[in-house]
Amino acid sequence: MDLGPHVGFIIGAYIVATLVVSALVIWVLADHVAQKRALADLERRGITRRSAQPRPLQVKEPA
Amino acid sequence: MALIDLANPSRFVALVGRVLPWLIVATVIAFAFGLRESYLAPDDYQQGATVKIMFIHVPNAWLSMFAWGVMSIAALGTLVWRHPLADVAAKCAAPLGAAFTLLALVTGSLWGRPMWGTYWVWDARLTSVLVLFIMYLALIALWRTVDDQNRAGRAAAVLTLVGAVNLPIIKFSVDWWNTLHQPASVLRMGGPTIDRSLLIPLAVMALAFALLFVTLHLAAMRNEIMRRRVRTLMLMQAERA
Amino acid sequence: MTALSALFARDARVAIRIGGGAMMGVLFFLAVVTLVPFAIGPDLALLRRIGPAILWLGALLSSLLALDRLFANDHEDGSLDLILMARPPLELIVITKALAHWVTTGLPLVVAAPILGLFLNLDPAALSATVLTLLVGTPALTFIGVIGAALATALRRGGLLLPVLVLPLTIPVLIFGVAATNAAAVGPMPFETPFTILCALTLMSGVIGPFAAAATLRYGME
Repeated sequence: MDLGPHVGFIIGAYIVATLVVSALVIWVLADHVAQKRALADLERRGITRRSAQPRPLQVKEPA
Repeated sequence: MALIDLANPSRFVALVGRVLPWLIVATVIAFAFGLRESYLAPDDYQQGATVKIMFIHVPNAWLSMFAWGVMSIAALGTLVWRHPLADVAAKCAAPLGAAFTLLALVTGSLWGRPMWGTYWVWDARLTSVLVLFIMYLALIALWRTVDDQNRAGRAAAVLTLVGAVNLPIIKFSVDWWNTLHQPASVLRMGGPTIDRSLLIPLAVMALAFALLFVTLHLAAMRNEIMRRRVRTLMLMQAERA
Repeated sequence: MTALSALFARDARVAIRIGGGAMMGVLFFLAVVTLVPFAIGPDLALLRRIGPAILWLGALLSSLLALDRLFANDHEDGSLDLILMARPPLELIVITKALAHWVTTGLPLVVAAPILGLFLNLDPAALSATVLTLLVGTPALTFIGVIGAALATALRRGGLLLPVLVLPLTIPVLIFGVAATNAAAVGPMPFETPFTILCALTLMSGVIGPFAAAATLRYGME
């Protein structure tokens, strides 16, 4: 397909767009992996949020 | 599931997990269609094949302003309604908006060189978009420099709303000032003046880029919520020790 | 040597992490270059003629911005006292910090210059000459700035004292930097003449700056 005399600029524009979009996607993906790993690591070390921790047994007072 | 549930970070993360795969599929399909339509689009009688750059340049220009609009609504959410996820939405939209603005500037420059003979000219439209880009970078710098994310959020919210004044300037700059950039041909009173054979690829690519923004934004928000959770847990642990 | 390389790595990492130094300098550079056409008007022919000067001014002002962080952060959290008592000579420590500062703050300016030169409609000869002179000249700006940074830390005065102190000392670097660029772009002077003087300025400031800064830190601190 003949893209005319300015084909370099057209291809260049599409390449830049691909690069920038890819960079965004890679950033979001890598960040996700890093955060999941950090959360899993904290979980493994026993540091969890209050709502996730098992509650200690309550001793009932005699009424 | 009520809208109010979106305010709960855990429910939000779960919702994103369910919705994201569909959004990714939709984005890929939209890009596939859009690129095909762009490839098949006819040459413009004035610009030749370089009109194909428009299919990237214009959607990114639209989205660069749209992203600032999203941040402005999030800013209102922070300042007025104290919505818990408003900060997260604002922080995650900034890098995306900056990337779209950068793409608009670069593709516009590559389009301008063969068409106008210059990579850059200091006319009203280009200058105001460049100023928008600088403001995006300034916002990102603000988010990263201030340690306390709540304070950063409020400062960023104010800056976002003040900067929103640039949006109408960008939109109407080609009408108010005599510029090199061509006047509006799609979003104007009286309907679009672009031929349908070029309008269709433009619309599909615009949809594709919009879906890309939504997908990346939700994924980034999920990452940010997880990052804040990690930080809170580490602070908790440091306090205990 | 290990102590100095560790110091270099730490300074570089801190400068990048704060999100301040590296990115802010380039952002300010971009802002200054954007401001000029607002003030002068969009006349592209005029911008091309004064483009190298605008780029040099922008780089100079951006370099000044980040300088006060050089010793101030260490002074605040007390590590400056430890550094003063360390075994490597203070002059070498200052050179190491200055080099780390240049790599994280000055070098990004050099990388950004070609793109900003496009905004100013510079032709390729002027662009490459500007980049080369900036590459050689920005270390001089850092080495001279180190003197002011040390003074500002020792005197515990902030604000505009640092730029006011440093600016007059950087004028020769500015003169020869722009002269070399214009020589390459327009002539008639050969490029080598001002360029070699610029290199000499950098080498001299690389010695004088750290010595003066070390003396200031050593005798000026309370």
